[in-house]
Amino acid sequence: MINIYEVNETNQMISDENLDVRTITMGISLMDCIDSNLDKLNRKIYDKITSYARNLVETGKEIEAEYGIPIVNKRISVTPIALVGGAACKTPEDFVTIAQTLDRAAKEVGVNFLGGYSALVSKGMTKADELLIRSIPMALAKTDFVCSSVNVGSTKTGINMDAVKLLGEVIKMTAENTKENDCLGCAKLVVFCNAPDDNPFMAGAFHGVTEADAIINVGVSGPGVVKHALEKVRGENFEVLCETIKKTAFKVTRVGQLVAQEASRRLGIPFGIIDLSLAPTPAIGDSVAEILEEIGLESVGAPGTTAALALLNDQVKKGGVMASSYVGGLSGAFIPVSEDQGMIDAVVNGALTLEKLEAMTCVCSVGLDMIAIPGDTKATTISGIIADEMAIGMINQKTTAVRLIPVIGKTVGDTVEFGGLLGYAPIMPVNNFSCDAFINRTGRIPAPIHSFKN
Amino acid sequence: MKKTIITVVGKDTVGIIAKICNYLAENQVNVEDISQTIIQGYFNMMMVTDTSKCDKSAETLSADLKAIGEEIGVIIRCQHEDIFNMMHRI
Repeated sequence: MINIYEVNETNQMISDENLDVRTITMGISLMDCIDSNLDKLNRKIYDKITSYARNLVETGKEIEAEYGIPIVNKRISVTPIALVGGAACKTPEDFVTIAQTLDRAAKEVGVNFLGGYSALVSKGMTKADELLIRSIPMALAKTDFVCSSVNVGSTKTGINMDAVKLLGEVIKMTAENTKENDCLGCAKLVVFCNAPDDNPFMAGAFHGVTEADAIINVGVSGPGVVKHALEKVRGENFEVLCETIKKTAFKVTRVGQLVAQEASRRLGIPFGIIDLSLAPTPAIGDSVAEILEEIGLESVGAPGTTAALALLNDQVKKGGVMASSYVGGLSGAFIPVSEDQGMIDAVVNGALTLEKLEAMTCVCSVGLDMIAIPGDTKATTISGIIADEMAIGMINQKTTAVRLIPVIGKTVGDTVEFGGLLGYAPIMPVNNFSCDAFINRTGRIPAPIHSFKN
Repeated sequence: MKKTIITVVGKDTVGIIAKICNYLAENQVNVEDISQTIIQGYFNMMMVTDTSKCDKSAETLSADLKAIGEEIGVIIRCQHEDIFNMMHRI
């Protein structure tokens, strides 16, 4: 039987150390909604999402109450819309009607984000893919809850540089279209290399074509719990440090596993995966940067940061893998800037630069995330940053992503406020030496030599 | 049968257990085990209970106990035992 100290430890994690389940994300396939008639397509999409996810939010709340664990977000991911809308959409505006349908469906069932306004173009773009990508600035300006992502590269296929170039322009245009709202549209747009099919975290979630009709994926969190555990082993050697992270990650992930099993059982939808990421929020004590500092850095960004992050990421995986029957998604430590108070402080103090963040993305779970840059940054420069990040993912056989926000009308020294879980961010300086001639080449970067494993 | 764990944390005062047990008795919740300790100067109590005969949902039970806790000035949580089993038992 469980004892009072164990019960206390769990409850302290919940009440004092921000332990929560970050998201229950229901993945829904829209493949069976495909229709060449746009109105019919929109109707089918709305009906399927609202019927499948009807009880999602309510079920989440029930689990929350019964187990006493906060479940912060309930979300939906759908099949990449470029695939679903290809037969019906002849213009970017046609695709925008689907985005609006998704937004309506999300509001109807009460989720706070719906991901999958996406295209998978790692090798080439179909006409539909290109129309969808070109519709993103309009779609994100006209919807509240829809999230968009584009996979532009993979280890198997190389990098689609035409798509990289186009996305630099699309990001700029999205910023322009949502400038009254602090360019919030860009916070809902992610560019990926090696995008996973089962990621429950926004803004990059979509329901991959390899997935079943519907699944439940759960994203856990708990940077505060890891930080707190590490406070008790200050000055100890790396073995003790790593063991502590592993054990803590195990405990955190077990809670996710429980919530995923329960949600799956109650909703009658199969369990997909647990994403065992350390996902920070702007709340005090819920920061990945603070863990790195607890490991021994004066500030995140100091020499040693990449090594500390590498060990953190690896130990989180080692602890989490045993705690769940299926692990997937992004699974690692997230290092968004605006969503992590420690990261924000490091940028303000001058300890953390874009270049150091890029190095950190080589060893963390995702990439350059929620970084505000000057609004006058050129589209080709944004494409250049994307290409660098995609190359890291392609060569290292890992997922990398870019979520940059060029804030129109603001420059280095200013701050932008997104609110809620998205937090706020100081505008970071960007290296403005030109890469125009590089980006303006057309075609793709070939797959790396180590992808030929057959 | 799965158990429900009720925990109480706060400043020690007269009648905490009485108040909670009265409520549990009214709602057909059987208390199977009680343990208590002082952690960092705070009164800590854990009850293992069986709620299978209780008509109220876990959500209502939890909300009612929370309200009673607020009345006495302690924090009362009511949780399904599995969250602890999952975390602390392999």
